[in-house]
Amino acid sequence: MGNSPIITGAFATKVGKLADSSCLSLHDEAAFGAIRDAELDVREIDGVICAYSLTEPHLMLASWFCEFAGLSPKICYAVQSGGATGATMIMQAASLIAAGTCRHVLVVAGDNRLTGLSRDGAIAALSQVGHPQFECPYGLSIPAAYGLVANRYMHEFGVSDDHLAAVAVAMRANAANHPGAHMSDPITIRDVSESPMIASPLRRLDCSLISDGGAALIVSAAPRDKAIEILGAGQGHSHEHIVAAPSLVDFACRQSSARAFESAGVTADDIDIAQIYDSFTITLLVELESIGFFEPGAAGPAIMKGALQTDGSFPCNTHGGLLSHGHPGAAGGLFHVIEAVTQLRKEAGARQVSDAELAFVHGDGGILSAHCSLVLGRG
Amino acid sequence: MDKPTPKPTKESSYYWEGCFEHELRYQYCENCDRAQFPPATRCGNCHTSKIEWRKSELRGTLHSFSLVHRASTKAFVADVPYYVGLIDMNEGFRIMTNIQPTGDREIKTGAPVQIIFEKRGSATVLPQAKIATKTED
Repeated sequence: MGNSPIITGAFATKVGKLADSSCLSLHDEAAFGAIRDAELDVREIDGVICAYSLTEPHLMLASWFCEFAGLSPKICYAVQSGGATGATMIMQAASLIAAGTCRHVLVVAGDNRLTGLSRDGAIAALSQVGHPQFECPYGLSIPAAYGLVANRYMHEFGVSDDHLAAVAVAMRANAANHPGAHMSDPITIRDVSESPMIASPLRRLDCSLISDGGAALIVSAAPRDKAIEILGAGQGHSHEHIVAAPSLVDFACRQSSARAFESAGVTADDIDIAQIYDSFTITLLVELESIGFFEPGAAGPAIMKGALQTDGSFPCNTHGGLLSHGHPGAAGGLFHVIEAVTQLRKEAGARQVSDAELAFVHGDGGILSAHCSLVLGRG
Repeated sequence: MDKPTPKPTKESSYYWEGCFEHELRYQYCENCDRAQFPPATRCGNCHTSKIEWRKSELRGTLHSFSLVHRASTKAFVADVPYYVGLIDMNEGFRIMTNIQPTGDREIKTGAPVQIIFEKRGSATVLPQAKIATKTED
């Protein structure tokens, strides 16, 4: 990617129920944490990319954050592509570095969805991404939209309820190895199958959490200690609303990941660890198969044998993902990036994957609509 | 809290006027021999703006469904559990509706579907669906 952009700083705030947090305070804590981690002076930050907030929605969140934090960068704007936002912000920062426009770009997101909106409030706000004329009048919730995908995927590929439940169990097991996870009490397949039905076939434990939290990274031009290289990136876009999706079993993560692998000069087989968006259990299962890490129908049985755990055959979401580590919105997507950086730096402690040299990160927004993939490696 | 009603736009008003008359209208591109939904100002494949409207025969197949136990907003709380489905219409386009349970006809993927119409508020009629028998008129 031209001037090989590198990640020099990464910081995640606490995640969970953070009573005294606000959207902007979480941004601030994450941003200054990442700047410290990169050993930079705040005046060296010449680009700022923010995401969006449900708790304090604003047309110009990036400008507002810079005003709040006392930053006057050369470049500043906000990015919105739902769950793909985290990876997209990193890809965008990398483009600014590769073009020579900036030297140090701060990517930051945070939201206090749990305490600022309540779970019901956040769910109602999120349901508004449905089509206002052709979906919302039918009471489509986001779990119902993913339920439509899950039902069809199960119908075509023989995926079972237990296969989906195994994804939730694996994410919880991984979260138990991360000291900061929102939920770390172990769960079993039976716990998932006995949790309340939300939108069939998805139950409560098939759904990601709603959390408070913030995350930030610094993408830089010049190599430094602990630097992690952004080796490749790609996107794929096929639809926004599930009623308009060309397929319910094949999604643009296929194109997005292929573009990222090609730009990095690697293949799916070369990847040591993956951090893949897991808004629902079905999301992760579909993406693992569409991207090509598993054959269609093969991920479920492998996950039941522990494939996604730190010592498994394909360590994935080693922090516990959105399902168990926590999901504060765009920052949740950045948690996947931060976990990849932490693993590649060999700083993951009890959950360290021993041969982690090449990492894949993926975010998806909407109903498997907007996809962004990254390939990261040790510098 | 009332259930949401669609606000027709330039590209969709002909569709919603059709629903009011219990007609399901869809766009069709002769160039591509392709039906499309939701309505737009041009064909999403060849991008011609010469796109025509046709009238559906109201029959289709249930492509997928979800039984919603937890409503997304207060407006749907009284309805739970309710079905949301994607219907593949015989003319080649896909719409979303609720699936209304009918007797003992099983709601399952691949089941034949009949479109029906439901009044919502004073000015709107929504297409809805029920499971059909193969021979039903």
